[in-house]
Amino acid sequence: MRAPLSWLRELVAIPAGESGRDVAARLIRAGLEVETVETVGAGVDGPLVVGRVLEIEELTEFKKPIRWCQVDVGPASGGVRGIICGARNFAAGDLVVVALPGTVLPGGFRIASRETYGKVSDGMICSERELGLGENHDGIMVLPAGTGEPGDDAAPVVGVGDEVLDIAITPDRGYALSIRGIAREAAIAYGLAFDDPGVALADLPAPLPDRAPQECGTDDAGGCDLFTMRTIVGFDPAAPSPSWMQRRLVACGMRPVSLAVDVTNYVMLELGQPLHAYDMDKLRGTVRAGWATDGEPFESLDHVSRILRPDDLVIRDDRGVIGLAGVIGGLDSEIDDATTSIALEAAHFVPEVVARSGRRHKVTSEAGRRNERGVDRDLAPYASARAAALLLQFGGGHYVGLTAVESAAEHRSIVMPATEPGDVAGVAIDETTVVRLLEAIGCEVGSVGGRLSVTPPSWRPDLTDPIDLVEEVVRLHGYDVVPSTLPTAPPGRGLTHEQRLRRRVATVLAARGLVEVLNYPFVGDAELDALLLPAHDARRRTPRLANPLSEEQPHLRGTLLPGLLGSARRNTGRGAANLALFEIGSVFLGEVEASTQLRPAVSGRPTDDEWRGLNGLLPHQPTQVAALLAGQREPDGWWGAARAASWADAIEVARIVAETCGVELGSRAGSDPSFHPGRCAELSVGGAVVGAAGELHPRVIEAAALPERTAAMWLDLDAVMAASPPVRPAPSVGTQPLAKEDLAVVVDRAVPAASVQAALAEGAGPLLESVRLFDVYEGPQVPEGKKSLAFALRFRAPDRTLDAAETAGARAGALARAGETCGATLRT
Amino acid sequence: MSGPNTSFDPKQVASLDADAVSGMVEAALAEIAAAADLAALKDARLAHSGDRSPLALANREIGALPPAAKADAGKRVGEARSRVKAALEAREAALEVERDERVLVEEAVDVTLPTDRIPLGARHPLSTLMERVADVFISMGYDIAEGPEVEAEWVNFDALNVPPDHPARTMQDTFFVASAESGVVLRTQTSPIQIRAMLDRDLPIYVVAPGRVFRTDELDATHSPVFHQIEGLAVDKGLTMGDLKGTLDHFAASMFGDGIHTRMRPSYFPFTEPSAEVDLECFVCRGASVGNPDRPCRTCSSEGWIEWGGCGMVNPRVLTAVGVDPSVYRGFAFGMGVERTLMFRNGVSDMRDMVEGDIRFSLAFGLEA
Repeated sequence: MRAPLSWLRELVAIPAGESGRDVAARLIRAGLEVETVETVGAGVDGPLVVGRVLEIEELTEFKKPIRWCQVDVGPASGGVRGIICGARNFAAGDLVVVALPGTVLPGGFRIASRETYGKVSDGMICSERELGLGENHDGIMVLPAGTGEPGDDAAPVVGVGDEVLDIAITPDRGYALSIRGIAREAAIAYGLAFDDPGVALADLPAPLPDRAPQECGTDDAGGCDLFTMRTIVGFDPAAPSPSWMQRRLVACGMRPVSLAVDVTNYVMLELGQPLHAYDMDKLRGTVRAGWATDGEPFESLDHVSRILRPDDLVIRDDRGVIGLAGVIGGLDSEIDDATTSIALEAAHFVPEVVARSGRRHKVTSEAGRRNERGVDRDLAPYASARAAALLLQFGGGHYVGLTAVESAAEHRSIVMPATEPGDVAGVAIDETTVVRLLEAIGCEVGSVGGRLSVTPPSWRPDLTDPIDLVEEVVRLHGYDVVPSTLPTAPPGRGLTHEQRLRRRVATVLAARGLVEVLNYPFVGDAELDALLLPAHDARRRTPRLANPLSEEQPHLRGTLLPGLLGSARRNTGRGAANLALFEIGSVFLGEVEASTQLRPAVSGRPTDDEWRGLNGLLPHQPTQVAALLAGQREPDGWWGAARAASWADAIEVARIVAETCGVELGSRAGSDPSFHPGRCAELSVGGAVVGAAGELHPRVIEAAALPERTAAMWLDLDAVMAASPPVRPAPSVGTQPLAKEDLAVVVDRAVPAASVQAALAEGAGPLLESVRLFDVYEGPQVPEGKKSLAFALRFRAPDRTLDAAETAGARAGALARAGETCGATLRT
Repeated sequence: MSGPNTSFDPKQVASLDADAVSGMVEAALAEIAAAADLAALKDARLAHSGDRSPLALANREIGALPPAAKADAGKRVGEARSRVKAALEAREAALEVERDERVLVEEAVDVTLPTDRIPLGARHPLSTLMERVADVFISMGYDIAEGPEVEAEWVNFDALNVPPDHPARTMQDTFFVASAESGVVLRTQTSPIQIRAMLDRDLPIYVVAPGRVFRTDELDATHSPVFHQIEGLAVDKGLTMGDLKGTLDHFAASMFGDGIHTRMRPSYFPFTEPSAEVDLECFVCRGASVGNPDRPCRTCSSEGWIEWGGCGMVNPRVLTAVGVDPSVYRGFAFGMGVERTLMFRNGVSDMRDMVEGDIRFSLAFGLEA
């Protein structure tokens, strides 16, 4: 809402010295969010005076007609000056705005006496656009007769120097979408009287006795509880709206259209009541508010054909729908440049109804904004009287009268302890102050034994609960009086096990040289195709957004890999050669039903069934961790050659995540389709698959334009953490001497090393402390199709020094077991 | 060489007289002192302490002396050999020190060579900033509460006092999941976590809830459709706006320095009432830039205050919707944009830097924002 300071000053006697910024500061303190304060005609510097055109000489020898004018600018400004002017919309005797030499106009345009068209032009007669007041450049500004005398300062006359406050109105304060509402706040902020223009009925002439006003009605008070029509006939459709009105509309961000439209907009801005002017000659029968029928067509005045639903409130006449109530009017009944009979609608609609229709039909209008926030329930007849008076004043015609239907307004009263505002604020606010502040916003307040009975004014439908009154009192009393105290929270328990593990995992990965990224969770088919995920893959059955930002990425992710590939690509595109990235975040698995009837009341806690039902609407949202390694894992340097990142590094990252959680990760050859079929490990915890790691499939790497052999891993972190022991048992640290045995075995090439190691460990018995693979060999030293695996076995007894026979026995047991389960033979 | 003087023949053994022994010692000491390195000392040792050294030979001659002379000569030669041995040891120790020092010098390397073989990675600064904020509240006794990113519309809106056709719904441009009638949205705020906390936990409740939220804004320098908030909620008997203010002040001082406090400006949020915008006293200029063109402050645009977040007392309607009796309990809640906080706190100028995952951005922060 844009509010010119001069307009506010018409309603409140704001002290003369107060600037727009001063007023803004007061309003901000009261809770109105003033975003900017602009100056009208900013850039105009120097004298602008009222001038009277005395003589006009038409110069015809030039390409276009030019006028040589004698303009009286008053004795103090040099009396009569000769000025050249190209406009033709004025006559001798008119008052105009003259920029005298030395004045600078917006854009740095300096006025000087200069010779032009064979004369010395001693100033300039100004148009609106030249002064930065609006877009009108059809002619110069002609001031209404009696506006002033030659030599008067013209700046205040045309609004130059006026300041406009642009205020973001929150949804609860519909009343502040008007000069009236903002002026009331300014009056309270300055402690000044406020003469409310919304409760004074404008003087209107007696209705014509021989003409019937437009009839109106409402079918359902549950949609429209007040509907009024005022009728005017004999209106001059060509009458212009007065320049001051146009300037105010422009200052408020609205475009002047015609007198009838401008008046409805002007009164809406002034008082907050949306009005709609119909061409009465286009109406048939009674105009009434009522519900649409399903599928009913309606063409709104923005030339959009709409299909209505039964819960759309409409305005209709005998021929059909002529307006979407409170939102937008219809094309058929619109006033036009031949309209002489005007039916002026002012009504009160139920805000939720207007909001629903506006949202459904995607119409945002000035009327809709006000109606959906709640318009003053009693304002309609006052606003339409004000508008009718203006129409008659500037457009002529005759007043035909008012028709109205109304159901009784509900007067709610709210009971609240007088101490409540202070109790909530944490600082005592005495009852006198509470009552004074509530009365200032228009409430009627009764007090019995410390309990206040408060009836909010008709323009504050937002005040329904005691807490609404508390807020009004505290904000007007000032938030700055609220003290700074600290509550005593009960002793906390710190982070949960999972919260701690998530932090640790992230920190450990960073310490291992990986960089955390946070990607958007949106994916599209192209990215999933690029990951080679088949149609039935669970990672493709994810929720779809109804209104995605991009149709390319309408789905929520079921895997973190697309985001990591995208981040990696962005980095390589910017020149990074070596990358180690990780992300921890939610993925979304399963689809969401398109509709639900489940909408528990908010009058109490939802039942357990309702709560389960609500959660049942949601997809599975596990937290996953994923990593991507590309290029060199260890760069080359003075120490030697680089080591390329490989499938093994990816598995190592996964293992470190699990180890951080105290969880043993199983791995075996896997077949995640995004990975190289021969270089993918399926990762498991307790037999359940929780992820995959390895080298990405060459086609995935190629599609992402990443370095060859790029490796990646993903893990269901929730599943890993679920296996994390809450308490880790201490080991027994043996101090007896260590016995070392190295052992090389030959197995078929296809036998997994992990199986051999597991067999060795099993066969070695309880004396085995550790077993570690330290070499793999394939080549001429072993038979074709075989490989040699060399293990370091470490033995220790808890209570004695092992003798050679015991160690040899354990070694033999290990070998024997590996032979049985893996076909391993001792390498000789 | 003389044989043992078993016959006690009083013959003279010239090599055992005092002058001769003394000469041998002098010669030995001189050569030991002159040994320039351990190799030369080894030669000197052989020459003067070895089996065939003059003193060793002299020692053998003692046996040829008559018994009366043996003691005297034995003592003389013994002392001489001790002196030589001591000199050898001392010289050896000195030369070893010299050698060690020389070797260590020769083994010196250029310790300014780069050692970035496996450089440290980085957390995302938004993550570490959220952890830091959470830690402030954990130290005050708060728990961390969590909730899903795909959330029931009832939790995200209805229970937070935003009825279906209320204009406040359009304050936040919502991503609908599946359809506008599914009752499922991407949460537009972390506030639904308040609802979950109040439904799941016992009173009193003190929780802080960091999380990722979603609105249908296009990405530009100051907006992102995906961003982070951190939210606090306290529900207890007798809580006041003063308690809210004090909590925010403590929070501000913990994050931005002692004495930095906050200011509340009236505002509107459906789920709090009274509601306020929270401004942070500028932690860079502490207001010194206000009206002082000579000391402009980029952090607060010389306003002295930085818009930080929103807060308020939990609307009794919200308490009612989760079954908490508002006549017994009051609550306060507050929320901050994490991106925005990182922007003014750490001087991030473009939202996209926090979104794109450029490693150069995160690496500059390391493991702390």
